[in-house]
Amino acid sequence: MEGKQSSQISLDFNQNIFKPSSREEIVEIVKNCYKKNIPLEINGLKSKNKIGRNFQSEKTLDLSGYKGIIDYKPEELYIKVKAGTSLKEIIDELDKNNQQLAFEPNDFGYLFSGESNSGSIGGVVSCNFAGSRRFKVGSVRDHILGFQGINGKGETIKSGGTVVKNVTGYDLSKLVSGSFGTLTILTELSIKVLPKPETSKTLVVKNPHLKKAIDYLGKALSSSTDPSGGVFYPDYFGKDFILNDLTHDGGLTALRIEGPTNSVDQRLERLSKELSLLDQEISILDNEQSNIFWNRTKNLEVFRNLKSNLLRIVLPISETLQVIQKLKNYEIKYFIDWGGGLIWTSLDQLNLKILNEIREIIKKHQGYITLIKIEEDLKASADIFTIDPIKYKISEKIKRSFDPKRIFNPGKMYTGI
Amino acid sequence: MSSLQMPKVDKVIMSKKDKIASDLKEIINKKNVLSNSDELRPFETDGLTAYRQIPLLVVMPETVDEVSQILKYCNENKVKVVPRGAGTGLSGGSMPLEDCVLMAMGKFNKIIEVDYENRCVVTQPCVTNLAITHAVQDKGFYYAPDPSSQIACSIGGNVAENSGGVHSLKYGATTNNLLGIEVVLMDGTITKFGGKTMDAEGYDFLGLMTGSEGLLGVITEVTVKILKSPEVVKAALVGFPSIEDAGNCVAEIIAEGCIPAGMEIMDKALTKATNDYSKAGYPTDAEAMMIVEFDGTEHEVEAYIQKTKSIAEKNNSSSLKISKSNEERLKFWAGRKAAFPACGVLAPDYMCMDGSIPRGKLAEVLNEISRLSKKYNLPVANAFHAGDGNLHPLIMFDANDNESLRKCEEFGADILKYCVKVGGALTGEHGVGIEKRELMCEAFNDKDIQQQLTIKVALDPNSLLNPGKVYPILRKCAEEGRVHVHGGKTKFPDIPRF
Repeated sequence: MEGKQSSQISLDFNQNIFKPSSREEIVEIVKNCYKKNIPLEINGLKSKNKIGRNFQSEKTLDLSGYKGIIDYKPEELYIKVKAGTSLKEIIDELDKNNQQLAFEPNDFGYLFSGESNSGSIGGVVSCNFAGSRRFKVGSVRDHILGFQGINGKGETIKSGGTVVKNVTGYDLSKLVSGSFGTLTILTELSIKVLPKPETSKTLVVKNPHLKKAIDYLGKALSSSTDPSGGVFYPDYFGKDFILNDLTHDGGLTALRIEGPTNSVDQRLERLSKELSLLDQEISILDNEQSNIFWNRTKNLEVFRNLKSNLLRIVLPISETLQVIQKLKNYEIKYFIDWGGGLIWTSLDQLNLKILNEIREIIKKHQGYITLIKIEEDLKASADIFTIDPIKYKISEKIKRSFDPKRIFNPGKMYTGI
Repeated sequence: MSSLQMPKVDKVIMSKKDKIASDLKEIINKKNVLSNSDELRPFETDGLTAYRQIPLLVVMPETVDEVSQILKYCNENKVKVVPRGAGTGLSGGSMPLEDCVLMAMGKFNKIIEVDYENRCVVTQPCVTNLAITHAVQDKGFYYAPDPSSQIACSIGGNVAENSGGVHSLKYGATTNNLLGIEVVLMDGTITKFGGKTMDAEGYDFLGLMTGSEGLLGVITEVTVKILKSPEVVKAALVGFPSIEDAGNCVAEIIAEGCIPAGMEIMDKALTKATNDYSKAGYPTDAEAMMIVEFDGTEHEVEAYIQKTKSIAEKNNSSSLKISKSNEERLKFWAGRKAAFPACGVLAPDYMCMDGSIPRGKLAEVLNEISRLSKKYNLPVANAFHAGDGNLHPLIMFDANDNESLRKCEEFGADILKYCVKVGGALTGEHGVGIEKRELMCEAFNDKDIQQQLTIKVALDPNSLLNPGKVYPILRKCAEEGRVHVHGGKTKFPDIPRF
């Protein structure tokens, strides 16, 4: 432990919830839990803590007090923050310099509680759920330049740094992204930021047909017009997107084009031609409306306060059409993001049998499925994540290398990990 | 050259050479096991030619099952294995060990599938980087990461090293363009990480393997994403009266929200040398020269070029030329790509360093390099991937003079230490290998390194896969070698390098 000696920190270990405000405290808590084999549930702002398996933990580590921007260098395109910092605080700070987190993380607040709660940056990285720009700019993990964390023995470790080009040692920033807090307690994160595009506009095609939508999305993604978002909403979600320039309330395919203003207009026109669209079939959303549209998508607002189950299905784009056609045998409501690579699906009726059937379909089409929201009684018995035996074995070894006594979120991802 | 400590040679293994060779000949085609010294010689080094070692044996498997069986055999018999792709790496990552089986992946040289619908290419690992682009360019696609050795380097090697290139500023390095790999672990386990989906679920083993320098597994298949080629590409050639002006211009272009496809700076020494060598039409009177390239649609590129022009003028640019044709653009790059051979003309030997720094520290670091150059009395020429702060100083020396070599090594280590001191990294894209191994403790403390080693042990408990690379053997910062070139002769003199 650098800096303070452990004896200087007084912590009451009888409490069930620790809310540390310094790294030294976190180290002390972990060292104690390591010594006494006490499992810890690790939380940030709890916006996504319902995602994952239920597991037994004796104590909770609440990192919401471990927050603050450590260093923000707009000209170096990075921001370094403590892991408990809210995404909102980071975005507000970046706004001042007209910069952004290009990976547009989903805001799960609408889904779980009906209002915005984009959570902490530590949670965003731990879940690695990226928004609509995914196919162009990469996922959350592609924007993590480096991190500092505490491993399961209470040792402070780091990887990466603040520069974009760095191949010094294993890239642990990737490994901790999407690990749901099971490998390390993130304490600091250095994140790549990017300038906001000068203009963002959206070409909306009024089209209720899935097959056509997949075709539009595929062509757009293979076009040199370089779109940065591609979604399809079926008829039942159309009314959620009524805007000044979009009065159509049926199914729609939306394609976002970003960049310098004159180039955006040129590319929109070209894209419309490439897709052989007639004027009456399309609407163009200006900057403001475009931002509203994509924010609603990022926030999963069509699933606001969802009572039933929500599945996140990631597939090779070529498989999406067939998979949705098969899923239509169940009572689903879905929309497609990532230009075809991601399906968000709600299911009113879900039981283990249906779940296994769906899992088989997805597996057959080389994709995977994550249960984002699931009824409590089903949650106890269902696999939330998908894993094969070989990867399970490797995951077990990696888990042990970070957290030998399995005290961090044990069982949150898989039984025994 | 300073002697390099490698893992202790296992005398028992050495004595069992014939037995191991005959066992391996049971696993794979006999002619794919090489054991005579004449056959082994071509494998004694990679792109870091200063270090050479003939391996115990070379195996050239043809299928993933063969790779698996060889690894399983070696694991059970405690035989070290060093994987090798095209052997163009600059940090000694595939340098053999005396008691190792060198696994040469050269027979994995076919593209398996081009999938336009999912915009990806599935390929065997020893297909060259450029061959992927060649396979898809007729449909207007390309593979973005472009290490300058791309005509020769293998895609599997790119994954192992997380290779970058000029265009990684906008398009990212290998890790950001990789969808999946098939990999064989030291115990023979065959598995796939990722695939044709954009993300994979669970621990990001794809990310962990990328850049792990052949220490965690042998890559047997690679799936990369391909991009639609940009419609217009234009470059500007800008001269500056001082390196500070050039550095400020770079920082301001980035801060203004323009992300060029590539942005390079050379100092006066290198500008002159490369211009003499390749007649690229560079402003040789300028103290620093920048090449900045934008790609996209016509309006987009035009908008960025105009913005660059005004930022350059604000930062006292002394000359500015914009490419009027693709030929002219390629001519701008020709000099830059000839940086290595051009330096070979100036001095009998040079070493190429590979540090990474925050963009805003360019001028400071360059001044420090120039101070060190005086201190060590060795000339240096500087090239930078300025947009992402990756610098490649070329230190000139004479390898026949031991004192000159020693000074060069110290000079190089001082530069890398300074990079770390200003918030940068030891290596931006060449990898640690054996070259920067002993400097790892400049960037990481014992706990950091221990965590990484624990991962290594988790996947390779006997530390048999590419041991002696990346992590320090000596727990002190010895100053070891860099890319060392004698008489302008690199291993592959025809491959452009930067």
